[in-house]
Amino acid sequence: MQHILRQLESKREEARLGGGLKRIEAQHSKGKLTARERLELLLDEGSFEEYDMFVEHRCADFGMAEQKVPGDGVVTGHGTINGRLVFVFSQDFTVFGGSLSESHAEKICKIMDKAIQVGAPVIGLNDSGGARIQEGVASLAGYAEVFVRNVMASGVVPQISVIMGPCAGGAVYSPAMTDFIFMVKDSSYMFVTGPDVVKTVTQETVTQEELGGAVTHTTRSSVADNAFEDDVETLAQVRRFFDFLPLSNREKPPVRPSFDSADRLEPSLDTLIPSSPNKPYDMHELIQKVVDEGDFFEIQPGFARNIITGFARLEGRTIGIVANQPMVLAGVLDIDSSRKAARFVRFCDCFNIPILTFVDVPGFLPGTAQEYNGIIKHGAKLLFAFTEATVPKVTVITRKAYGGAYDVMSSKHLRGDVSYAWPTAEIAVMGAKGAVEIIFRTELGDPQKIEARTQEYAAAFANPFKASNRGFIDEVIMPHSTRRRVARAFAMLANKKLENPWKKHDNIPL
Amino acid sequence: MFSKILIANRGEIACRVIKTARLMGIKTVAVYSDADADALHVQMADEAVYVGPSPAAESYLLVDRILDAVKKTGAEAVHPGYGFLSERAAFCEALEAAGVAFIGPGVRAIGAMGDKIESKKLAQAAGVNTVPGYLGVIKDTDEAVKIANDIGYPVMIKASAGGGGKGMRIAHNDAETREGFQSATNEARSSFADDRVFIEKFVTQPRHIEIQVLGDKHGNILYLGERECSIQRRHQKVIEEAPSPFLDEATRKAMGEQAVQLAREVGYYSAGTVEFIVDDKRNFYFLEMNTRLQVEHPVTELITGIDLVEQMIRVAAGEKLALRQEDVKLNGWAIESRVYAEDPVRGFLPSIGRLTRYQPPAEGVDSHGHTVRNDTGVYEGAEISMYYDPMIAKLCTHGKTRGDAIVAMQDALDAFVVRGIAHNIPFLASVLAHQRFKDGRLTTGFIAEEFPDGFHGAVISSHTRDVIAAVAVLVHRRNAERDAKITGQLRSTEITVADSFVVGLDGEKRAATVKPTSHGYDVEIDAHTFAVRSDWRPGSLLLSGTVNAKAISVQVEATRNGYRLIHAGATLDVTVRLPRAAELALYMPVKVPPDTSKFLLCPMPGLVVSILVAEGEVVTAGQTLAVVEAMKMENVLKAERDGTIAKVSAKKGDSLAVDQVILEFE
Repeated sequence: MQHILRQLESKREEARLGGGLKRIEAQHSKGKLTARERLELLLDEGSFEEYDMFVEHRCADFGMAEQKVPGDGVVTGHGTINGRLVFVFSQDFTVFGGSLSESHAEKICKIMDKAIQVGAPVIGLNDSGGARIQEGVASLAGYAEVFVRNVMASGVVPQISVIMGPCAGGAVYSPAMTDFIFMVKDSSYMFVTGPDVVKTVTQETVTQEELGGAVTHTTRSSVADNAFEDDVETLAQVRRFFDFLPLSNREKPPVRPSFDSADRLEPSLDTLIPSSPNKPYDMHELIQKVVDEGDFFEIQPGFARNIITGFARLEGRTIGIVANQPMVLAGVLDIDSSRKAARFVRFCDCFNIPILTFVDVPGFLPGTAQEYNGIIKHGAKLLFAFTEATVPKVTVITRKAYGGAYDVMSSKHLRGDVSYAWPTAEIAVMGAKGAVEIIFRTELGDPQKIEARTQEYAAAFANPFKASNRGFIDEVIMPHSTRRRVARAFAMLANKKLENPWKKHDNIPL
Repeated sequence: MFSKILIANRGEIACRVIKTARLMGIKTVAVYSDADADALHVQMADEAVYVGPSPAAESYLLVDRILDAVKKTGAEAVHPGYGFLSERAAFCEALEAAGVAFIGPGVRAIGAMGDKIESKKLAQAAGVNTVPGYLGVIKDTDEAVKIANDIGYPVMIKASAGGGGKGMRIAHNDAETREGFQSATNEARSSFADDRVFIEKFVTQPRHIEIQVLGDKHGNILYLGERECSIQRRHQKVIEEAPSPFLDEATRKAMGEQAVQLAREVGYYSAGTVEFIVDDKRNFYFLEMNTRLQVEHPVTELITGIDLVEQMIRVAAGEKLALRQEDVKLNGWAIESRVYAEDPVRGFLPSIGRLTRYQPPAEGVDSHGHTVRNDTGVYEGAEISMYYDPMIAKLCTHGKTRGDAIVAMQDALDAFVVRGIAHNIPFLASVLAHQRFKDGRLTTGFIAEEFPDGFHGAVISSHTRDVIAAVAVLVHRRNAERDAKITGQLRSTEITVADSFVVGLDGEKRAATVKPTSHGYDVEIDAHTFAVRSDWRPGSLLLSGTVNAKAISVQVEATRNGYRLIHAGATLDVTVRLPRAAELALYMPVKVPPDTSKFLLCPMPGLVVSILVAEGEVVTAGQTLAVVEAMKMENVLKAERDGTIAKVSAKKGDSLAVDQVILEFE
């Protein structure tokens, strides 16, 4: 019997080598780890349970029958991150360049089906040259099978894509339909068509890095949610990120013990708002001082920086944060920031993550560029997302909340649960100067009168009290007590129940 | 005694005076400018009066505004602090005329000591040592040699109209005097069109040592020991101490008595300071007298136990000194570090802005009997403005010996958390850790000699590196233990928190194993065991505890790959990985940070006022490339070397972040 058992061991040894030592060396020399090494870093030590180690492709054309590698270019299975279950697939660039065959796709589909059934997230580590061309349409069918599962899993279990090498052509659409994409700087890229095709079709000369590198996708296209220096750093950050997420839409976010008292006061927040209304301040400081231990995982930090989105914890429980950033474009809402925040809000709502919104918004960005590109519909996305969200929603207005943007930013009117304002808040249709120029158009020739009118308007609306008179603001709070107030509000809302009317799905203005 | 006093100053000194006044049961009035509306001294005072716009010349320096504030509030006396109006005889007179007491010396003393030449003459007349020299016009080389011999070598030959080291020569013998006189005269003629030179004693290895005096209006004058302020950067005091490690009892007494003599000569009362320069043979010479409370007065207070502000107030109220000279006892050692908002690695450029974090070390007496005192005018969330001295705090420690005071200061600096702006704590820590400083071998040239190319970050020993590695292991292990307690874990998964790690620090790898004990871990690194004990919890900025029973403070920040630990003035990026992860990390490419020497980067957040060069233009070193406005200040950015402009990335009106690229060289 022993030799039979030993046979398994030697078969495993062979499978673990993937494309062989030479290709592994080549992978290392590019500063990249192998599929299995990556899983070692991603998962708790010794927790990985592998599936389908001996699956092989079924292609006989172009001499493929003689080239078979157990596992067929992808390592799949499940494991744990800090003890919590996760399904994983990790493409092996050393085997046929990580290309996707029919059976490669089947392996991915198998773990995705399981993940949906048992309610656990899927993390895909992408490093693939694309379709297995030798297989032709069978490979394309494989992609489509994966796409279907991406869509079925969407909103059921969190899906995270980590791009750790090439990801081109049809392959990009699987990550595109997952919840988050992280990239590795300098060694990963994503595009639908590569530089050569681009050159032929549009005569543009562009490098892979410029066309679809990490910088492009985190600052220009917003395809990726963040990028990290190298494989090791990226996988460490994915572990950190995973700890914020619930396992599925049936569960609440995890609780990680916190040593940060919910009652902690931050006197320095009382001086956060500068004395001049036109002087910016860094909204990150408020976020860091309110959340547990200042620990904030920002999503899309390099794109549409006029709005901040990301995950943090209060009393150890995950919350999603949406905040206008006065440091960039005065925190204005535009197409990019509306889209960025809308998608983030919808993720939170899918997965029972309460949303904390900090508001300092002067309005929507005017201009032909915005109008021609459809700010009306894009702005509506954020309005729609905040409105439909049924998770606990707490809003704090720190300074400006002007015009339609006030409504949009998770206001009381959009089924916001608790709305707070700092004494420095100004809740109005617009700034005093603009308002006076409209209301008192006939007096525009008299600067003295206008000045008096401006002061009159400012006195009436440049404060949170008009809004609190109407109950649109539940309470005007001291900045230094923000953490305590917000933590209490979320504690109170822990068992909130709100359901939207039955529908097949809504029709958000995409 | 007064029932209400006004403090005609701002910042830490205003707060300092308010503290004593409050202890004495005296009400206080603060004055403030626009920039100081939310300042700490305004919050601390019983009343506050607005005196004008932010620039000092339009507020704190306006005698009339201060007088109005005095009248408005009915203050009976004014404490001027230091700087601003503190040494203006006219201010003192105006107060006298208004029947308000000036908490400081009389008009005569201020006037007499305010003039450098006048004060030197007075000092000479009072029998105070002054630097020997000949102030008349020297005819020729022979006369120069004769004068030099009268004074005694070495001598310094200086241009009368001189400045900036021009026309200055040091001579150790007759031959050098002949040569030096000739060349100094020539240089003086060509540089200043004035060939007059004079000769004075060259003070070798000079130290700055000053005597604190205290007098009342009844003719009693005491000296309260000395302070050594030799650690100076461009004539700006950086670290002061009391007593001086250099003086013996006889010199101290001689200096003290001369200082008292001088004070008596000008009818001095209140607190004052007589500054001396002391050579390597303990010869001392009068420099000048400061007729006010000095910035560095706390070190004297710490070793004498005398509250100088209280004494000043009592004297101003006409009280007699309750002390006699024989009551003044010097106890232990005190050091003061001036914590400034300036960036030591960027040539000590002032750094203004919001103090997003400000957590000074705990004040009071610690378990070792060391005292920590922190005089400050700021708080977390306060603004360091461009209008005034960028001082954050004066951190003082006191111990039985100089060594104790140094150790206490090092620990206090380690625990001093400042974020949001750059500060000089790393530089202060480096000076304190310097062997020459520890040995007390100080001269006013210390910083110029020991940091000739400026400051490029603290250097720490390999032992300290090991200690930091052990601390990093504690931090990482605590985090890992907490992470292992997250909810929602798979049934039957038992998370074992690892005991073996590899610590990466400055490119070196150290294998570490951990044994948990109460309040910490025994961390073994390279066959050495470090007993690390601390109650540090995840998220805390400051880790305080012990390593091998020695107290330690380390500031901790999370990075993407590990931790940033700040200790002994050094900022260390540390990784703590499982052995397997460390092995795999070896495959990671080493990414060299982009070569910024090819770029002109924006040194501070600001607005581009103008770009003065175009793409393709050839520029020479020193040529102005761009002007950036920050906080209403125009900063002229010049080429550091010759080159050609490859690309201009910013344009007029752009708002830039710090280190954003303005232009690129070829």
